[in-house]
Amino acid sequence: MNVQANKWIGQRTIRPDGADKVTGRAAYAADTTMPGMIWGKILRSPHPHACIRSIDTSKAEALPGVKAVMTARDLVDFPIDKSVMLGIQDMRWMCRNVMAREKALFAGHPVAAVAATSEAIASEALKLIEVEYEVLPWVIDVEEAMKPDAPILHDHIQFEGKPSNIAGKLEHKLGDVEAGFAAAEVVVERSFRTKPVHQGYIEPHACLVSVLPDGKTTIWSSSQGQFMVRAMCAHLTGLPQNDIRAIQAEIGGGFGGKTIIYLEPVALVLARKSGRPVKMAMTREEVFRASGPTSGSYSTVRIGATRDGRILAAKGTFYLQAGALPGSPIRGAAGCAFAPYDIPNVHSLGFDVVSNRSKVAAYRAPGAPIGAYAVECVLDELAEALKMDPLQLRLKNAARQGTKAAHGPTYPRIGFEETIQAALEHPHYRAPLGPNQGRGVASGFWFNAGGESSAQVNITEDGNVVVTTGHPDIGGSRASTANITAELLGIDYRKVSVLIGDTSTIGFSNLTGGSRVTYASAMVVTQSTEKVIRTLCERAAKIWKIDPDAVVWEDGEARPAGDNAGQFPPLTLAQIAARASETGGPIGAGVQLNTTGAEGGFATHICDVEVDPELGTVRVLRYTSFQDVGRAIHPSYVEGQMQGGVAQGIGWALSEEYIYDKQGRVDNPSFLDYRMPVCSDLPMLDTVIIEVPNPKHPQGVRGVGEVPLVPPLAAVANAIHDALGHRFYSLPMSPPKVLAVLEPADA
Amino acid sequence: MAKLHVSTTINGEPTEFLCEPSQSMLDVLRGPLGLTGSKEGCGSGDCGACTITLDGRLVCSCLVLAAEAQDREIRTIEGMAEGDRLHPLQQKFLEMAALQCGICTPGVLMAARTLLEQNPDPTETEARFWLAGNLCRCTGYDKIIRAVLDTAAEMREAAR
Ligand code: FES
Ligand code: FES
Repeated sequence: MNVQANKWIGQRTIRPDGADKVTGRAAYAADTTMPGMIWGKILRSPHPHACIRSIDTSKAEALPGVKAVMTARDLVDFPIDKSVMLGIQDMRWMCRNVMAREKALFAGHPVAAVAATSEAIASEALKLIEVEYEVLPWVIDVEEAMKPDAPILHDHIQFEGKPSNIAGKLEHKLGDVEAGFAAAEVVVERSFRTKPVHQGYIEPHACLVSVLPDGKTTIWSSSQGQFMVRAMCAHLTGLPQNDIRAIQAEIGGGFGGKTIIYLEPVALVLARKSGRPVKMAMTREEVFRASGPTSGSYSTVRIGATRDGRILAAKGTFYLQAGALPGSPIRGAAGCAFAPYDIPNVHSLGFDVVSNRSKVAAYRAPGAPIGAYAVECVLDELAEALKMDPLQLRLKNAARQGTKAAHGPTYPRIGFEETIQAALEHPHYRAPLGPNQGRGVASGFWFNAGGESSAQVNITEDGNVVVTTGHPDIGGSRASTANITAELLGIDYRKVSVLIGDTSTIGFSNLTGGSRVTYASAMVVTQSTEKVIRTLCERAAKIWKIDPDAVVWEDGEARPAGDNAGQFPPLTLAQIAARASETGGPIGAGVQLNTTGAEGGFATHICDVEVDPELGTVRVLRYTSFQDVGRAIHPSYVEGQMQGGVAQGIGWALSEEYIYDKQGRVDNPSFLDYRMPVCSDLPMLDTVIIEVPNPKHPQGVRGVGEVPLVPPLAAVANAIHDALGHRFYSLPMSPPKVLAVLEPADA
Repeated sequence: MAKLHVSTTINGEPTEFLCEPSQSMLDVLRGPLGLTGSKEGCGSGDCGACTITLDGRLVCSCLVLAAEAQDREIRTIEGMAEGDRLHPLQQKFLEMAALQCGICTPGVLMAARTLLEQNPDPTETEARFWLAGNLCRCTGYDKIIRAVLDTAAEMREAAR
């Protein structure tokens, strides 16, 4: 596609839902109400691990104002030893995460729920539910959970023939890693630890569910996929999918954390039992105790190279906390870790380890930051040992077109080298540093994703355009859709409205996640719009009584072409729309696809920090990210993704962590104590968009959203090493840890 | 317990409501008054999504008792645009993509407006510290700060 000729693609247009959001009118899940609505609340286990002997709800049911009470018995029972997959989620885990069955597996695990006419009565009723627990020994830490005498969470899970908390293993192999290390002249091996961190969306989970006596169900909820909500609720409650209409409310952030359900099936059951619409919203404390986060980890990475910096072998072992039920992102950790590099011999292993904490949910490039943190720190040490510039080391070993990656693919045209080149040439890389300051670099990779998408493009009777897609818009994707549609139709962007359809109004569309939305929706929107354009040409041909092939669509109008060129005055969209009925009826087209060809995304980051030797605080002074995005359909929202990911990475590196008390409960379940970066913690976050078009996409798009969280952990760690001459091998690099290095206790 | 009767002014409109003595201003705004533009991100004063002004002072409405609104002036995000004219900050936030999911936006806008009322020419650092009570997880704050500083410059220009 000729970039220069684009009128709307690449423009910083105003998003279609913008005015709605700056005026406070946009309806998020917690903003919705219904006549007769009542409130649902969840009773949660105080114990990190306990058998549930009995639950007596009779007193709660007797409380005036209580309209329904439920336990796991009210959900479909999925036997624990038989997998029932829905996409990447296993319903036997999902049903147990939504409500505990045999055992409570973490402090905060739902055990029962009530719906009452007020929130206060619902809270009161929870206190009247009597649960008899048999408290069991528990384990939180990933390394502790793998010890031979660790309490076992799930008796049926075995590893190497013995009951174990290791619930899964994934392995990528390329070449002969032992031979590679034998030939290497310099080898660096290090181990790393990261803490679980939460996605930190500002909007807590919320939903409103109505079930009519005939079973027809409507769900408004905050999720990254209304179709996911429908399917999971259908599985867990036994309703057929056609009876469930899942409507995506505006969503106040997700970052992966809203790719599964928590409240929806509970509210559904309560609504069905009570005959009243039920609203539920988590408190922030519930969000921290029982939703998300991503895994804590223990990793070991070993890399061997020749003296001139050619990497010959790499081995990585990544143990990830899954939380109480299996499913940690080992594929992201083990698969992405070495993916930016052309390494002939690779062995990458991921282990999924359960422990008594809330089940992890996806978090922006799930697992990949954990793998990259270890690899990119080891590369920094390797560069030091080789006396090589760390970016030059990366450039020398960069994956390029034709490189075979350990996780499977042979890369087509990718833009990784370009990100390193751009970083090398950027003034940031040569800017002087002051005392206590340091600079670090790191790179990162994310698979990106395609998958199912649907779109419908309709021409209104007055010649404007309404586009409907099936993906919740979490960060401005409606603007990209409008840019593409306007571009293809050759009309003003403001003539295009973009809506997100619910499960009953648009075809199946997979989640907003995996950096797939702009990629996949652009494909279905492009194909739908092309169909519409063909129809418009046919209609013009009919009006002119010429062959449809003799009509072209240019600059927003149908023009006679070939022999007929200039024979008739062009017909605009509005003119054709006005005559739609007489020329064949309404004009519109929809396309549904399982999109493929989402090629990987790469980034390289430069970070400058300053360490305060008195306080032990680390301040990021300057940050520049360089990312190959294929084609930026809306550069502002591309930059926004890059900046948002970087900010989350800085939080992960410096200040965010789950802290557990001696009873195995989260000790910091608030934004005050779980410290995410605030405005005064950060500098401007500079971005350099690199566009190496994806040859498999009509506009050249690559996924953008997740890669930005992959390099920052190591970029910050490497910068701190540059400033202090000391390396930290565990996150977060918070003031107490930094001070311990600056002022050893015995000094 | 008997409900309290409160007379107040919200976005210039005389308003009356009944509330429980323990109810927060945020609950009353979002519930009986239907002003759901103020958001609840934490309910504990840590996120700023519920930011409003009370007699011109910025407050977290989740930490204000509804009964405290008696005879006071409240402004919320719903009163920021004048008719169909967006406030310059709202317009700039749209032009500069200073929001992604938008859940923090009402609170950020309320806080930024008060900043510019009190300090029409803030430095970047002043703006960052002023907005430090408004968590945004999507944007990394870069575009928010740029939009606030740009709006300040434009408003100064317009006032000349
Ligand atoms: S909801 Fe009031 S500060 Fe978070
Ligand atoms: S735009 Fe999502 S939290 Fe700020």
